[in-house]
Amino acid sequence: MAVVTAPTSSEELITIEKTSGELNTITLRIARSNPAEGHETTYSEFKVPVKKWTTVLEAILYVKQNLDHAVAVRYSCRQASCGSCGMKINGKPSLACYTKVSELHSNIITVEPMNNFPIIRDLAVDFKQLISNHKKMKPFIIREDSEVTPESKEFIQTPKDVEKYLQFSYCIKCGLCNAACPTMATDTSFIGPQGLAQAYRYVADNRDKGKEDRLKIVDDAHGIWRCHFAGSCSQVCPKGVDPAMAIQLLRGYLLGFTK
Amino acid sequence: MRESIIMKIHYGTALGAVVLVAVHILMRMTQNFGQSLQYQNVIANYHFLPYALMLEAVLILLSVHGFNGLRVILLELKQGSGYEKMVNYGSLAAMAILIAYGSRTILMAGMGVS
Amino acid sequence: MTERLSNREGIKGMANPTRYGIERVAYWLQRLTGLGLLAYLIGHIFETSTIVHGKVAWDKMLEFTQTPQGHIILTLVIGMCVFHTANGIRVMLGHGGIGVGKPGQPEYPYKAASLNYKQRLCIWVSIGLAALAMMYGASILFGD
Repeated sequence: MAVVTAPTSSEELITIEKTSGELNTITLRIARSNPAEGHETTYSEFKVPVKKWTTVLEAILYVKQNLDHAVAVRYSCRQASCGSCGMKINGKPSLACYTKVSELHSNIITVEPMNNFPIIRDLAVDFKQLISNHKKMKPFIIREDSEVTPESKEFIQTPKDVEKYLQFSYCIKCGLCNAACPTMATDTSFIGPQGLAQAYRYVADNRDKGKEDRLKIVDDAHGIWRCHFAGSCSQVCPKGVDPAMAIQLLRGYLLGFTK
Repeated sequence: MRESIIMKIHYGTALGAVVLVAVHILMRMTQNFGQSLQYQNVIANYHFLPYALMLEAVLILLSVHGFNGLRVILLELKQGSGYEKMVNYGSLAAMAILIAYGSRTILMAGMGVS
Repeated sequence: MTERLSNREGIKGMANPTRYGIERVAYWLQRLTGLGLLAYLIGHIFETSTIVHGKVAWDKMLEFTQTPQGHIILTLVIGMCVFHTANGIRVMLGHGGIGVGKPGQPEYPYKAASLNYKQRLCIWVSIGLAALAMMYGASILFGD
């Protein structure tokens, strides 16, 4: 286990303190693994200076910049919009850019790759299955008259119509819901909360005519019926998508509660 | 069979069982619990046709619901077409065996074979 | 090897009820009580089958099951049955989209509408009912 202490030039720290408040030092434990090479998971520990508003992603990037540039992490927007930096932070799936170190109330922070996704290296995981299940749900408006012709008119939707699917369209495909789902923990063929919620997003859209197609796809031995409404997906969703609600509403069609 | 039909059966058997099991338990309460388990009383229950039929219904509902629940758990634990086929047919067989064994008791006790 | 590469949490993760609130605890209890009740059903059908062998066999079976340990098991079965039923009805209604809230514009800090107080209340009521039924059952079983 590597223990690396951050180079704390006192002059540099004082400057930071003057401009941005109290400085704290935490221990960041990063899970390191490279399954393709047959490397087992080990944990590297780093001492990282943090401020009140430092995010876990910033702490990881501090390690990359100053202590160990070999740490593998996927990130992009740093503002919970791209869904790239999902990982397990102190045991719970979260977005690293959206989780402040101070809100974890711990001086030791452990970051690990998300469960239920194959590890590429360290914190970076493979999204192949999530994307393929997402595509299986036909994530687009299906209707015969989708071609624009000179006679085409706009499809007017009332705010009420939009509200039926809007929150589900905020999915950023970060995969946190799939990482938290208890069925995903053992069922490799399960569509997962992300895919099922997206199926509902289009079924609930009154422009779409693909409801029957999608209901057929999710009505499978490893489809919607393998969701048991444990709600863990909605607990961890960083965008308020509430996949658990979408799945239950979608199942309402199959049970005949919703027409 | 489509999974939605199987799961509708799962929910249906659950609701049916809730009602009938409640009657079954309440029947134990009509007298002192120890007394209700005495041989003569239990045999009398089996000889009373509507109650015997209700026991048969409870047996079928709970076996179907229970083994389908187990099937769901097992399907989620491991995947693979051979394994899944085995789980599906295995649950059906277990259901049938339990129903047959329980029905034998109801039939024999009801007809006074003992 | 495949499992390690896929990084699935496995049974340990599925059966760990501690991380995601009361809804996950309810999911775990529903499974556990379901398995317990199935085991009891099989046992119950087996124990009642002794009646076809006559009074002696039936009394012998009662001697074996009507013990303090047998009563404790039966008390647990009563609790499992009540929880599984009450929580099962909640889950069943939820599966039909009833009581899971309405879609709307999510607002920070994004509290999931499906994990609402009605759901949580129903879970606690299920646990409470199970506890009450166990107490009542124990009073009858041990009071006899």
